[in-house]
Amino acid sequence: MDFTPHTPDDVRAMLEALGMQELRELFADLPDAILEPELNLPAPLSEQEVLEHVSELAAKNAPAGKAFLGGGQRPHFIPSIIPALVQRGEFLTAYTPYQPEVSQGVLQAVFEYQTMIAELTALDASNASLYDGAAALAEGVLLALRQTRRMGVVVSQGVHPEYRQVLATYLHAVGAELRTVNLQDGLTPEMEFGDEIGAVVLQSPNFLGAIENPAPWIEAAHAARALVVYVADPLSLALLKPPGRWGADIAVGDGQPLGNPMNFGGPQFGYIAVREKLVRQLPGRLVSQTHDVDGRRGYVLALAAREQHIRRAKAKSNITTNAQLTALMGAMHLATLGPDGFAEVAKASVARAHALAAELIRLPGVELVTPEPFFNEFALRLPRPVQSVRALLAERGLHAAAPVSQEYGENIALFAATERHGDSDLHELVQAMGEVLS
Amino acid sequence: MKRDFPVLFERSRAGRRGTLPPAPPEVDLASLLGGDNLREAPPRLPEVDELTVVRHYTNLSRRQVGVDTNFYPLGSCTMKYNPRVNEAASALFAELHPYQDPDTAQGALQIMYELQGYLAEITGMDAVTLQPAAGAHGELTGMLLIRAYHESRGEGEQRRVVLVPDSAHGSNPATASMAGYEVQEVPSGPDGEVDLDALRAALGPQVAAIMLTNPNTLGLFERKILELIDAAHDQGVQLYYDGANLNAIMGWARPGDMGFDVIHLNLHKTFSTPHGGGGPGSGPVGAKAHLAPFLPLPLVKREDGRYLLDYDRPQSIGRMRSFYGNFGVMVRAYVYIRMLGAEGLKKASAMAVLNANYLRKKLAEVGYRIPYDRLCKHEFIAQPPGGLKALDVAKALLDYGYHPPTIYFPLIVKEAMMIEPTETESQETLDEYVSAMAEIARRGLEDPEWIAHTPYHTPVRRLDEVAANRKPVLRWRPEGED
Repeated sequence: MDFTPHTPDDVRAMLEALGMQELRELFADLPDAILEPELNLPAPLSEQEVLEHVSELAAKNAPAGKAFLGGGQRPHFIPSIIPALVQRGEFLTAYTPYQPEVSQGVLQAVFEYQTMIAELTALDASNASLYDGAAALAEGVLLALRQTRRMGVVVSQGVHPEYRQVLATYLHAVGAELRTVNLQDGLTPEMEFGDEIGAVVLQSPNFLGAIENPAPWIEAAHAARALVVYVADPLSLALLKPPGRWGADIAVGDGQPLGNPMNFGGPQFGYIAVREKLVRQLPGRLVSQTHDVDGRRGYVLALAAREQHIRRAKAKSNITTNAQLTALMGAMHLATLGPDGFAEVAKASVARAHALAAELIRLPGVELVTPEPFFNEFALRLPRPVQSVRALLAERGLHAAAPVSQEYGENIALFAATERHGDSDLHELVQAMGEVLS
Repeated sequence: MKRDFPVLFERSRAGRRGTLPPAPPEVDLASLLGGDNLREAPPRLPEVDELTVVRHYTNLSRRQVGVDTNFYPLGSCTMKYNPRVNEAASALFAELHPYQDPDTAQGALQIMYELQGYLAEITGMDAVTLQPAAGAHGELTGMLLIRAYHESRGEGEQRRVVLVPDSAHGSNPATASMAGYEVQEVPSGPDGEVDLDALRAALGPQVAAIMLTNPNTLGLFERKILELIDAAHDQGVQLYYDGANLNAIMGWARPGDMGFDVIHLNLHKTFSTPHGGGGPGSGPVGAKAHLAPFLPLPLVKREDGRYLLDYDRPQSIGRMRSFYGNFGVMVRAYVYIRMLGAEGLKKASAMAVLNANYLRKKLAEVGYRIPYDRLCKHEFIAQPPGGLKALDVAKALLDYGYHPPTIYFPLIVKEAMMIEPTETESQETLDEYVSAMAEIARRGLEDPEWIAHTPYHTPVRRLDEVAANRKPVLRWRPEGED
């Protein structure tokens, strides 16, 4: 099945209109030496066959809808209206809204999304989304370096290690200097910054789940006239003091907890929000309210002069496609939950995680690595290699104990719990952990 | 005057609920989280009932066109039909966590492994990473591979320049800058192809790479491509292929066989995954063997019948994205390739090129100017007749129920309209579109006032973009708040 509507008669008639007999003539401008290679691909399948095939592949996976794994990706409940609404063909099959008169649906949805992200972070402006949390961090740091005209970056080890790896790749490319400050007892130590530092990055709750006190870092960064990039799980912002209130200049994070399935790590979306003075440095799409010739309210892509299709080599970023549909799911999720529902989900997640931690640390040899207070993820030191614990739990149909990189210490595993875990789920995991570790 | 369409926040009433989560356990948040850490006031999200959410977004969607509603011949964007089977298939993999034991995600890893292989086969490359999240992200990955390669040979300091044709997608020069390179433009010749003499003159030991798309953004196949690549390789220069236009040549020619060293693909263009109003996409990168050691972490490999994530790649440029990329998009592309097979992909490109050439011919017959009027590939450039503006024709098309082409791009053609019909449109659709274009041209020339004020029948009419740029309003605020 190839989804082309052309009948043999259509093809003949259209070729005839071009004065051609054969399709090959359409490729007469290609060099003969490379023309028509044999492609070695599996034989075509019908829709029924392909669905049977991928269903077989899906059956080789153990679904992790009740995973106790963390790292910023967790199973949260997604109301049924979100997949239903987001599959509307008008949203699903539109391109970037370059023609605003027929793109008010996407543009207004982005405007509302931008408003929600600004509210969550207590900052002034959000863009339309970025690829993921890691790209949002990298873009946030590049933004800070452009603004400060400096090339030094200090990042706390409390920032998700994969985000830091992506940041390192981006910074190497532009020749910026990246320094990592190790956690002490699970928290970012206080320090001072030199005048070569343009961006200072911390995450709270940090990768081990601990809620940081960001105030000393922010104060020290601002004393050195550096900008602060604050990585925050958006769900935590339902309950915790937001980056803007702490004094951060830029907030970034990954939108998975907002209405997006885990999807084996993607797609979801990255968010970025900034203070007013940084708006013109933002990468990617921005939607602004305006009005049409009849005075009606409407929305357009704004400040495009920052972007690659206008500025080319001098653009703020090369980003074009971002993560619009998944960001739309985030906005729909927040709209459906409202402020009360959002807080209730976060509270349930916190309560479950604390209940789980309290049970697990009673097991012999298990030790809480994350200092209190923590949010809905926490790290434990296990008395056995983490990979094998995860494998043994998987044999029991449980997904828990995400291996944490050696840089944080030996045998450390990350756990999380959410509103999807009931008492019996927690009990089952605690029991299985007891068996696996004994 | 019609009423403004409400912002969701304006539909909010204190105390309304859209969904009721199970009652959370009674806990003291101040003691669990630390009183000083708590938010003073909740974020001001809309308070709306579920039906209001459904109606709001459903009615917003009715103020939006997509491929599902309208012919959408947006040049270089490949707005082909997005099969719904892709959506059904990807939903089967929604509840997988990136950190679950890889032995419990063998089906997902198998799809990634096989997709790496299919894309390598289709493009003629030796190795593929699926990690980049979009086309421009793939471009950056590809350019960083080239940079790492030159650095590994001790030529990193010396090779500082990337050559980009003046007809290139804007993301190419932006990417080269992000990868730390200086950009030098290469002019196109009068035939619309890269000026080979100018290119030869620009080549040298200071050049790291050339970024090309072939067919180029005029829709023309660069006929001297083999010569051009030989000339570049002679000088140690790497060839980057921007895969945005791959839909023109699948099964007919492979960038790898042309001599390109690295390529990115847009799964959301060529391989039928939906654009979603601007993503999420996926931008896999293919590389020849000499660049493969530098590919980002991790790759999926197969060992003793098991699929593994391979992090043991000491020369890798590092990580480009968290986790493994936009896996859900990969499933959709995998399904598409399995449904089409080699013959189907080849036919898809043939029909895309047939539609483009047919439309080019028919538009010329009704008075549109074709600045490079020869065999084109999947797209072509037209100019409106008689001094009409591309912008006005685009706006008039909205009233006729068509999404306009890409306009004012490439920059080297005045009043450019870049038209890419794709293979999933029928001859009737193209004929009706030509009739509309003919009528717009006729009416526009007769009545300049009419066309200057189009569209008349869209949810909103021409918008004040100057005001939006001068004083952008990027968020909703309640009345009376600054």
